[in-house]
Amino acid sequence: MDDFILRALLAGFGVAVIAGPMGCFVVWRRMAYFGDTVAHAALLGVALAILLDVNILAGVLAVGLTIAVALFVLQDRLSLATDTLLGILSHASLALGLLAIAMMTGIRVDLLGYLFGDILTVGWSDLLVIWGGACVLLGLLAIMWRPLLALTVSPDLAAAEGVPARRVRLAYVLALAVLIALAMKLIGILLITALLIIPAAAARPFARNPEAMALVAALIGAVSVSGGIGASLAFDTPSGPSIVVTAVVLFALGLMVSAGARLVKS
Amino acid sequence: MTQPTLIEAHGLGVRAGRRWLIHNIDMAVTAGEIVTIIGPNGAGKTTMARALIGLVKPSAGSVTRRPDLTIGYVPQRLAIDPTLPLTVMRLMTLVKPATRQAIIDSLDHTQMAHVIDQPLQTLSGGEMQRVLLARALLHKPDLLILDEPVQGVDFAGQAELYRLIAATRDEIGCGVVMISHDLHVVMGATDRVICLNGHVCCSGAPQEVTKHPEYQRLFGQQAIDAYAIYQHQGHEIPHRSPSEQK
Repeated sequence: MDDFILRALLAGFGVAVIAGPMGCFVVWRRMAYFGDTVAHAALLGVALAILLDVNILAGVLAVGLTIAVALFVLQDRLSLATDTLLGILSHASLALGLLAIAMMTGIRVDLLGYLFGDILTVGWSDLLVIWGGACVLLGLLAIMWRPLLALTVSPDLAAAEGVPARRVRLAYVLALAVLIALAMKLIGILLITALLIIPAAAARPFARNPEAMALVAALIGAVSVSGGIGASLAFDTPSGPSIVVTAVVLFALGLMVSAGARLVKS
Repeated sequence: MTQPTLIEAHGLGVRAGRRWLIHNIDMAVTAGEIVTIIGPNGAGKTTMARALIGLVKPSAGSVTRRPDLTIGYVPQRLAIDPTLPLTVMRLMTLVKPATRQAIIDSLDHTQMAHVIDQPLQTLSGGEMQRVLLARALLHKPDLLILDEPVQGVDFAGQAELYRLIAATRDEIGCGVVMISHDLHVVMGATDRVICLNGHVCCSGAPQEVTKHPEYQRLFGQQAIDAYAIYQHQGHEIPHRSPSEQK
């Protein structure tokens, strides 16, 4: 196997392992739009990093974390419909990021690479960052799993029973921003939420408890990444969309299998 | 012997924007006492429960909880996303672990032990209320706070649940704060009633409150009917043994 394929697979697995469980919470907590907003803001981070001549990942992380905290505070304070607020911020930051990059003269920016990712260009140092980040996030998620789950079922019930609701919610939102920054290079700003939501949704029919769903989602994510990379190599298609399409196919297959199983039972 | 005070509100007010949801509320709950908060829609009943628990910060006044007070809370409703696979067993151990036997015992109190391994999404509204009540009782709290605990439960089941709440109080000596808008059944199962409409309109023993003009003004004919039923029942709620129910 070529080196770059191995690197791509390893990077993809690193992200899938953490995107599966984190994505389950995105689905359970109905935060797809939130993920989109933080992801779109990443483009602003890219532009900023280029302008200030700093590491791209650092720029994306800084902007992503800032947006996540801002949303966290705003949602607590404002009674504005969350959907609307996120819709405004999401598209505003995407448009601003696109404008900023378009206005940079004399610098060649691989815009498509940022928007849709290119997992086949992942280097060894990227791999280190991805796996390092994934391990930290997994550790964090393991610590906050129980309180976060309680919070997801009922914020009031959890808080009444002593769960530090605000702290746990903030930790989750920050972890999500870090994950998005890590996954950007692989799958791109516009497709990141797909990697969070689709494996989790595909895992639902096969899970009887939250932990099983997280595990199955991670597996489906890993299979999607492998399939997508394979398809990309075989048919010379862009890797990001190939991964997402593979995940969607798995989701559809899962629906059919579970519907078939129910038919057999009845 | 006077019982220790569990929780106390002093001049409590909660504001949303410029509107006071509740204001100037004084109340206290002692161990072993059942206090029912009644009031029309929008009277601030849920706000009051949330303020007592500490889910909303008071805009005025204060809430004092006894140190290390453990609270069992039954929220008005629990909406669980269909994408979250969760059994009753898992719901029971969501925050604090417990043994399966302890959970079965607790569910048995509300006749719900048979659903222990069922997904939450398959429960009816009434079944969910019973499960939530069993969950609140699981760790024998010092104070039970129940927000419309019998919502979605049929009339006979309501009486049964209120009896269960009273029995629990006798058994573990906890204080109970109940929120209700159904006056008919709750009257016989409570020691004290607080009639709420933004502020405390009147409070006292159930029979005193039903005679209070403020109360009768708020609830109109319904109140007078409830009082009649209450009298008719001779201060008792209909008794049904669990075996009759099956």
